[in-house]
Amino acid sequence: MAEPNGLRAEAGSAPPVTAVGRLAVAAEGRGGRPYGPAHRDGAHGPGCGPAQSSRRNGGQPELPETRKPRTLPAWVLALPPLAVLGLVFLYPLALVARQSLSPDGSGGGSPSLAAYGDVLGQAAFRQALRTTVLIATGSTAGAVILGFVLAIVIAFVPFPGGKALARFIDVFLSFPSFLITLALLFIYGTVGMANGLWTDALGGTGPFDFLHTPWGVLLAEITYFTPFVMRPLLAAFSQIETAQLEAAASLGAKAPRIVRQVILPEALPSLAAGGSLVLVMCLNEFGIVLFTGAKGVTTLPTLVYGKAVLDGDYTSACVVAVVNIVLSVGLYGLYRLLLSRTRPAGGPRARA
Amino acid sequence: MTGIRFEGVTVAYGDNTVLDSLSLTVEPGEVMALLGPSGSGKTTALRSVAGFVRPAAGRVFIGGRDVTGLAPHRRGVGMVVQQYALFPHMRVDANVAFGLRAQKAPRAMIAGRVAEALEMTGMAAYAKRYPRELSGGQQQRVAIARALAIRPGVLLLDEPLSALDAQLRSGMLAELARLHRELPDVTMLYVTHDQVEALTLADRIAVMDRARLRDCGTPQELYRRPRTEFTASFVGNANLLPVTVTGDGRVGLAGTDVSVPTGGAAHGATATLCVRPHLVGLGPGPNTLRGRVTEVQWRGATHRVAVEVDGHHVTAEVRELRETPALGDEVTVHFASEDAVLLPAGGTNG
Repeated sequence: MAEPNGLRAEAGSAPPVTAVGRLAVAAEGRGGRPYGPAHRDGAHGPGCGPAQSSRRNGGQPELPETRKPRTLPAWVLALPPLAVLGLVFLYPLALVARQSLSPDGSGGGSPSLAAYGDVLGQAAFRQALRTTVLIATGSTAGAVILGFVLAIVIAFVPFPGGKALARFIDVFLSFPSFLITLALLFIYGTVGMANGLWTDALGGTGPFDFLHTPWGVLLAEITYFTPFVMRPLLAAFSQIETAQLEAAASLGAKAPRIVRQVILPEALPSLAAGGSLVLVMCLNEFGIVLFTGAKGVTTLPTLVYGKAVLDGDYTSACVVAVVNIVLSVGLYGLYRLLLSRTRPAGGPRARA
Repeated sequence: MTGIRFEGVTVAYGDNTVLDSLSLTVEPGEVMALLGPSGSGKTTALRSVAGFVRPAAGRVFIGGRDVTGLAPHRRGVGMVVQQYALFPHMRVDANVAFGLRAQKAPRAMIAGRVAEALEMTGMAAYAKRYPRELSGGQQQRVAIARALAIRPGVLLLDEPLSALDAQLRSGMLAELARLHRELPDVTMLYVTHDQVEALTLADRIAVMDRARLRDCGTPQELYRRPRTEFTASFVGNANLLPVTVTGDGRVGLAGTDVSVPTGGAAHGATATLCVRPHLVGLGPGPNTLRGRVTEVQWRGATHRVAVEVDGHHVTAEVRELRETPALGDEVTVHFASEDAVLLPAGGTNG
């Protein structure tokens, strides 16, 4: 690469350029011309660059090298984000994976799958895996159905306060998950309102223990994650032309057909995006399970917590964590595959 | 045969009245254009027929049946809108079949009707394409085919050509005229702000302004014998000049006594004289006025010359001139008595 100041010195038409001056020259070279690629090739648009250059150089042909900015190779620019990603995210994950493969639990020695054999053979693990998948898929299904219905009502059925409710959805997304669970305790907990009504209605029958069952976890997760489905759906619905809905109605379609054949196909990518997000979040949900079902419900994240923090068995905890990661990535990959096959051929116009 | 009747239809949003006491009858098989500027209430009138706005007062009838409270899907009207409103995830044939499927038509009938509608609109070759693979004009044809496939008695067209460029618009206008000839039983309500579309296509034009119906008549009536200044200026271009009636068949215009039909106008009454620019000639003739040239526009086949006559602007649209007058030149213009119409001064008849 030619030195800009060296060439300028040869031309004898520029003052000495300091280090700061070089930066300024490079900046001018990049920002002074809007047609970057043509400039780099030395080709200028008709009647644009050359006339100005000639004036600046007193009619002398311009030396393109003097304008060439000093650029770094792409791999150098990619290094900082890669380093941060590796250090902050990938390296700890690699440590977890290494720990899961270390027979002595210290990370030394040759890798072994013995710990995997031990953990995967435990009934507690299999039960946790089953519970995790069932609760996650159930919660996702519930959140998708409820979210779709609520989003349809908010977006297409005008009612007072509808816009305020839509805005509240955004606020709801910022709430921590345990807060929702805590709130549910006041309704469904053993001393909650629902139990009070139940006891009053049936006299001597004791309070029902609902929240500490998988159904309680399911309810809490559906309650908490439904807005995560609604948000992208509301964005998608806002892009559907009212004229389409009116055209469908004028052609004789009733509301259910319009929802099924006009709205749903256009919102499908957003529904899938919201659903997959909820699925992955449900698979890895910790706070809700800890608050509600921890006594009777064990999922993979709570199993990791139990093995690592309560039992001090880090190797087993890492094995469960790796399985959890594989499960999440696998289900996400499955979602991408399904999405690519279900995407409307007309183009995903209403994607959030 | 199905006609449309508005009986005192008023639509209001709060205190804002967007359609005020519209009473209008569209005869079966007729093409009625609702012509007016933005905010004149023409689209609201159309939407009240489709069932998408509920009148605060008045009734809407389709084919003699009161449909004021009827849901849109029960009205059996076809609707075509400016932005096409095709379903992007459906192919062309599925779009056209949508209405028939919604009405649970037999499968064999659907195939036949879809083919027929696509054939009629010249889109049969594009049946398996998606809307995004079509041009604007083709999408609008599909929208028309979709509306016609259900064989509606009434076809509502809301600015259907506004999104098309000038050349496509002209072609589609001819297509719509052909469709009307082929489907003489279909009553069409055509909303537009474009006078050319209204003049070309409509059997009658309802001129609307500020939520009210201002005038209604055949295109020829409205163009040649407008009843209000608004109609005169909105349906075609017009020279509107203030005059005073000086006698039977005589009015004073810019200090000159000119001969025009005055009807029963009283002596001394003020009125507005309407003369179409293409009926004004350059040079001396009957009803000659003298003034100075303020603007000359070349329009290909014609020249448009604006002349200031005693403070009033008179525009003459004449065949292309070999020698054009210069700005400031003193010229004379003239018009025939029978080409002038005397209108109530400043009145809108509304």
